[in-house]
Amino acid sequence: MKLIDVEDLWFKYAGSDQWVLRNICLEVEEGEFVLIAGKSGCGKSTLLKCFNGLIPHFYEGEFKGKVEVCGLDTREYPPYILSQYAGMVFQNPDNQLFALSVEADIAFALENIALPREEIRERVDWAIKVLGIEDLRERSPVELSSGQKQKVAIASILAMKPKVMLLDEPTSSLDPVSAKQLVELIAELNRRHGLTIVITEHRIDMLLPYISRIVVIEDGEIALDGDPRQVLEKYDLRVHGVAIPKLVRVSNTLRKIIKNPLPTPLSVDEFVNILRSLKG
Amino acid sequence: MIVFRNVSYVYPSGVKALDNVNLEVKEGEVVALMGENGAGKTTLIKHLNGLLKPTSGNVVVDGIDTRNSTVASLSKIVGIVFQNAEEMFFSPTVWEEIAFALKNFGYSEEVVNKRVEWALKLMELEEYRDKSPFLLSGGEKKRLALAIVLAWSPKVIALDEPTVGQDIIQKEKMIQIIRQINLQGKTVIISSHDVEFISDLRPRIVLMSRGRVVDDGPAEEILTKLELLNECRLIPPQIVSLTSKLDFLGFKIELAEPEEIALRIGRKLLS
Repeated sequence: MKLIDVEDLWFKYAGSDQWVLRNICLEVEEGEFVLIAGKSGCGKSTLLKCFNGLIPHFYEGEFKGKVEVCGLDTREYPPYILSQYAGMVFQNPDNQLFALSVEADIAFALENIALPREEIRERVDWAIKVLGIEDLRERSPVELSSGQKQKVAIASILAMKPKVMLLDEPTSSLDPVSAKQLVELIAELNRRHGLTIVITEHRIDMLLPYISRIVVIEDGEIALDGDPRQVLEKYDLRVHGVAIPKLVRVSNTLRKIIKNPLPTPLSVDEFVNILRSLKG
Repeated sequence: MIVFRNVSYVYPSGVKALDNVNLEVKEGEVVALMGENGAGKTTLIKHLNGLLKPTSGNVVVDGIDTRNSTVASLSKIVGIVFQNAEEMFFSPTVWEEIAFALKNFGYSEEVVNKRVEWALKLMELEEYRDKSPFLLSGGEKKRLALAIVLAWSPKVIALDEPTVGQDIIQKEKMIQIIRQINLQGKTVIISSHDVEFISDLRPRIVLMSRGRVVDDGPAEEILTKLELLNECRLIPPQIVSLTSKLDFLGFKIELAEPEEIALRIGRKLLS
């Protein structure tokens, strides 16, 4: 099932004469885990904002083309409706949390869409359980660590039961261990709960073991789009401002040295296994 | 250049953010403070220009005990680029944003002009000089925040998490800039938990955890201590993870360039 359907999308912000998005055509199917990569300012965050209606409803500008989320034309439905289909987690969890307790924060959006009390309780319990944050339930979000806050932000989106979760550089304020845990959690939501994920992130080495697709944006246009292993094998991501993981650099150089068509490794363990079998 | 002697700092809330920190940084060094969120990295940096004064112990910067000085005069020696510096922009144009501090320090118009131009060029922001700082992208804002501080040429430059939200091109550029200002004799202090960035920069690393300095040494040494890194909620660089699992090819755990590692793996496999 097609969850996101972008047809020839162009966008520029009000007051700017530059198109931030140009000629974007993109389809995201249910169950995909899509990484949108590209250098800062390439338009990847802007694209994400088109998927939950923040663009064109909240950010003003010139919008051409069409974006459909779960069959709804984003120009015709307001963000509070669209966010029930595509929920967004932002870079800085502080911008997303404000209530007195974690529980109240997760319930807030559900109360706003006027769900019955019982259903709200069920969904809050469920989201708290999925994220494994039972111990944070009564805590005030302000006193949590950045990693915990980001989990609460994800729980509050998850409780809306969206079809797609959009994440805009969700790990950038986290320390490496928290970042890794968060990425594993997102991968788990995708794998076990079938949630479709569209994420922007600079640290692609962390995501490579889990994603099903990479879309590279350059100057507002889609430059590359495909299976991560194939994209890494065929193209030089650095040209597009995306870091090639050190592991892939090792494997690329090794391939030339030993003249063996090594598969491109997506994780350290995978590479170690490849090397073990080569050594025999 | 910088001496921390038995420095503890307790926030008014009662949280002890620095716990008996002893640290010496020589002029011209590049030092990275690494550790988990809340380890005390930013609190330590705020002691460099007197924004915070130690609850006990002394901080001496360029011979001046920070207790006996003001933020205004210490800032001339230590320029800090905070992680959220871009949230503090307020000028109508990029040019004026950089000029503001210089004018405040009382430099003549000619000097202000020269310094602003130099900083714009160094940070590749010339084309944005008349643009509103708020219309810049995240990476451009970071460069502007650094340009503002570089413009008044402090002896010590402190960068609080300079690579957050930055792409690889900007990170490489950041490494170049750090090396360049270091060559000019500047002392550079960086707080970061971006292990790949730090493993490319290869500075001296001061590892912090819960307000304490838990280790101090060259990057090649600190970044290969797997257990210690884990305790500090850091993930080893990918190359270190890899070499730690290549004992069957005769590797010891180490930090090296990917291409060099490939060459050595190749030799082993072909022999």
